[in-house]
Amino acid sequence: MTGPRVVVLDYGSGNLRSAQRALARVGADVTVTADLDVARAADALVVPGVGAYAACMAGIDAVGAAPVIHERVAQGRPVLGICVGMQVLYTLGDEHGVRTRGLGVLAGQVRRLAAPVLPHMGWNTVAPPAGTVLFDGLPADTRFYFVHSYAAEPAPGDTVAEHGEPFAAAVERGPLYATQFHPEKSGDAGAHLLTNWLRTLR
Amino acid sequence: MTVAVRVIPCLDVDAGRVVKGVNFTDLRDAGDPVEMAKLYDAEGADELTFLDITASSGNRETTYDVVRRTAEQVFIPLTVGGGVRAVDDVDRLLRAGADKVGINTAAVARPELVRECALRFGSQCIVLSVDARRTRAVDSPGGSPGRGTPRFEVTTHGGRTGTGIDAVAWAARAVELGAGEILLNSMDADGTRDGYDLEMIAAVRAVVDVPVIASGGAGQLADFAPAVAAGADAVLAASVFHFGDLRIGAVKDALRAAAVPVR
Repeated sequence: MTGPRVVVLDYGSGNLRSAQRALARVGADVTVTADLDVARAADALVVPGVGAYAACMAGIDAVGAAPVIHERVAQGRPVLGICVGMQVLYTLGDEHGVRTRGLGVLAGQVRRLAAPVLPHMGWNTVAPPAGTVLFDGLPADTRFYFVHSYAAEPAPGDTVAEHGEPFAAAVERGPLYATQFHPEKSGDAGAHLLTNWLRTLR
Repeated sequence: MTVAVRVIPCLDVDAGRVVKGVNFTDLRDAGDPVEMAKLYDAEGADELTFLDITASSGNRETTYDVVRRTAEQVFIPLTVGGGVRAVDDVDRLLRAGADKVGINTAAVARPELVRECALRFGSQCIVLSVDARRTRAVDSPGGSPGRGTPRFEVTTHGGRTGTGIDAVAWAARAVELGAGEILLNSMDADGTRDGYDLEMIAAVRAVVDVPVIASGGAGQLADFAPAVAAGADAVLAASVFHFGDLRIGAVKDALRAAAVPVR
């Protein structure tokens, strides 16, 4: 029996292989592609992201994926954003004073964290809300691997982490999920979280 | 909620094999970097660093292959350094599965390389690797450091070649250019097992706002917490882990006992 068909959107951002391997490890049938028809048809679409906000948005626009992401969200079909792939879901990114329009699927802005040491790099704990799907079964002191300097303000119901100030570490909005950290780089904890996510696709 | 101090084992890789003595009893092939990476991962390493010390360019392909195979089996971040000379080298390592790339000699020769890499791939994956040693100079003409103030000089070629460049100023400049992290290796402490160079860590910490990885000198469990107190965000060691003198878990226990947050 094959797992859910998951497409990792290939729009020129790095680290696609990590996401692919981690998802395959927990049983997904993973395809890395920029083919929009395949992205449209998949059981779930993963939007990865490494590097600068503007560069990621430009990459998404270059492959024409924005309408597919909007369409999937509007139809209540699963999407998972990771790191900058989460950030681009917001309305606006402000990086190095460069304001970039995001996909606007989530309300809010992505801003530089007020912290003495940036990037926020390493393993941190998170505070998920009651009824969380992603963090179900994980102990409260579980750590995930973060590497970012920018983040969104947490909205009510978001999973919060803190580095200098509280920020949105994960969002769960029905079939739309996103994590600021890298589950694919978070060892067994990340695998557990991805397993929880895959379960929502069945 | 505080980000944990990372404990990072470093593997010196030559032509696809881990060099320096290794002494794992529970490892069939201690020279295989992929096997060692898996073991360190299982032991709780927070990140792995490969230092490619391959001399001949012909063996670089082997390195990419090692990175590829490791990235397939290990689900924690992997930094690869050594022999990175151009933007394309960084690109190839990232494509092979490295999460971060360390740049050392080539950045000393041409600092703009740091900026070019940071712009293309993002600061978060560009690590400036600094091999620094103490100098005997008390005062320099132009008088930057005060009398008795230790100065640290950037070296290249494994510490054999001095550059006359102030390591602290160089770290600050590299961050301005876009480096997202500093891997600070003390060439004096390296291999001595006498502890990290705490003054060097503190001096660099004072001028940069990116994470600092302390490297060089770890010999016993008591060596790690002082490096963190001096300002390190991560502690790296090689031989003490390879020889099995210290285990990752024991280092974390020691840090935890000193009230340092660890995973």
